[in-house]
Amino acid sequence: MQRYYQPDIETASREEIVKIQNEKIVKQVRHVYDNVEYYRNLMDKKGVKPEDIKGIEDIHKLPFLKKDDLRECYPYGLLATDLKNCVRIQSTSGTTGKRVVAFYTQHDVDLWEECCARAIVAAGGSDEDVVQVAYGYGLFTGGAGLHGGAHKVGAMTLPMSSGNTERQIQFMMDLQSTILCCTPSYAAFIAESLKDRGYKPEDNKLKAGIFGAEPWTEEMRQAIEEGLGIKAYDIYGLTETSGPGVAFECSEQKGMHINEDHFYAEIIDPDTGEVLPEGEKGELVFTALDKEAFPLLRYRTRDICILTRGKCSCGRTHVKMCKPMGRSDDMLIIRGVNVFPSQIETVLLNEGYTPNYMIYVDRKNNTDTLDIDVELSVDQFSDNIADLQEREKKLAAAMRTMLGIGPKIHLVPPKTIQRSEGKAVRVVDNRKLHD
Amino acid sequence: MAVRQLSIFIENKKGRLSEAIKSISESDINIRALSIGDSADYGIVRMIVSDLDKARNLLGENILSKITSVVAVKMDDKGGALYKILRTLEEAEINLHYTYAFTSSKQFGAYVVLRVDDVEATEKLLSGKGFELATDEEISE
Repeated sequence: MQRYYQPDIETASREEIVKIQNEKIVKQVRHVYDNVEYYRNLMDKKGVKPEDIKGIEDIHKLPFLKKDDLRECYPYGLLATDLKNCVRIQSTSGTTGKRVVAFYTQHDVDLWEECCARAIVAAGGSDEDVVQVAYGYGLFTGGAGLHGGAHKVGAMTLPMSSGNTERQIQFMMDLQSTILCCTPSYAAFIAESLKDRGYKPEDNKLKAGIFGAEPWTEEMRQAIEEGLGIKAYDIYGLTETSGPGVAFECSEQKGMHINEDHFYAEIIDPDTGEVLPEGEKGELVFTALDKEAFPLLRYRTRDICILTRGKCSCGRTHVKMCKPMGRSDDMLIIRGVNVFPSQIETVLLNEGYTPNYMIYVDRKNNTDTLDIDVELSVDQFSDNIADLQEREKKLAAAMRTMLGIGPKIHLVPPKTIQRSEGKAVRVVDNRKLHD
Repeated sequence: MAVRQLSIFIENKKGRLSEAIKSISESDINIRALSIGDSADYGIVRMIVSDLDKARNLLGENILSKITSVVAVKMDDKGGALYKILRTLEEAEINLHYTYAFTSSKQFGAYVVLRVDDVEATEKLLSGKGFELATDEEISE
């Protein structure tokens, strides 16, 4: 069985990797400085010139990019090449205020798909496999990334997209899928649905699953592995850097190898921006070393994480990241969708409600739930229940448009949501996502 | 002509109803009729009380309340009386949001409360058909 998709690079020595990174960063900084006015201004403001970056060890001299920068630059402000060179756009989940649009040249698509191919091979995939891609297709990077990766590997690709569990199960059984790619919560749901229909874990032909786009625990891994009779592997990525495949788990199932020939990772202190040594916990920062169209330098992911460089039994030499241990901002990941409380507040204000609300997130039967308590004002109160139900429905629909997922709205009397004098607590997350 | 009803919004949680009623019970206000519509999250308590403005003051700002005009129709004390009223509304294509009934010992009568969009038109229709309508004054006595 094939162990690596690109053995030379995946098992390259530390020296070789650093050499590649040195060459790429010098070229990349020049490319960005010459083509992206916004970043050039950031560098000029910091007094850094492209010639100051002589190798990867100089990367700390570069300014950071944050989500706010991306929003400010929407849509073309960080584009580093002519639009005519671009072949693809992907975007973060339909969130007006925080939308990120990422551009790809053919080269960028290829390197992204290669990263996904590495993940698939690491999970035991080859051209003999049937890969069922049950991530959402469309602007979301999940479907496109794993689909492309499966193609690169030469596997039979089932482009299912997410949802329609009945059909997922039918194809899984009839076409004998061997690898399942989706969010971990959907995998758990599929496992349960199979059980409900009387299937045992050994009835399917699945051997592995590649699950990402949302946080999950070791307990959930165990539940999925037992429920489907497979090995469950984590995969990490974000639209800003390309999509899934930035890092992936190997047979050790202990941390994800970062494809550091393409993405350079740093851990920083989220408060000071200072780079922390290996093994310390901090915010994960990525630099795209050779992407052409949308090459973010020192992008702050807000994911809290630890990097380790110990020897891995799989033979890969690339640095490993642990599962993200939390966020340094208030972003929630609900059913694989990024949700900011501020977006919920925007909808409430647009729809004429007060900014007093409480967000409750939980995980029931392996599916995330989102409930929002909203205060009803005197003018909005109707003694007719149908009017209030209509109100809830309309608000939930507006939320769905903004967030990409529909919450359950609960109207509550005014002044029942606790007022806070300091930083208001608006979110109660009852999921146990981090070990 | 119409009867004024006091509606309050409460959470569907233990103790909320008694809390709301407590605030008006410490006076001489008489609750003539009461009906509750509820969902999993909340309840809407609809009341016809002897002194509505006083009751609303007592509820204060902390309890969400509202005054709605409803139609209160006197019913004959015999079978088919409610149907006769409903049939009349139906023929005139008047949409009924909710309804409840109560009796008044002073007036020796039974009343049905109708919550409709156009109170005036409904009253005109019903009195035209010979139904007897209650007024605020009668009810608060």
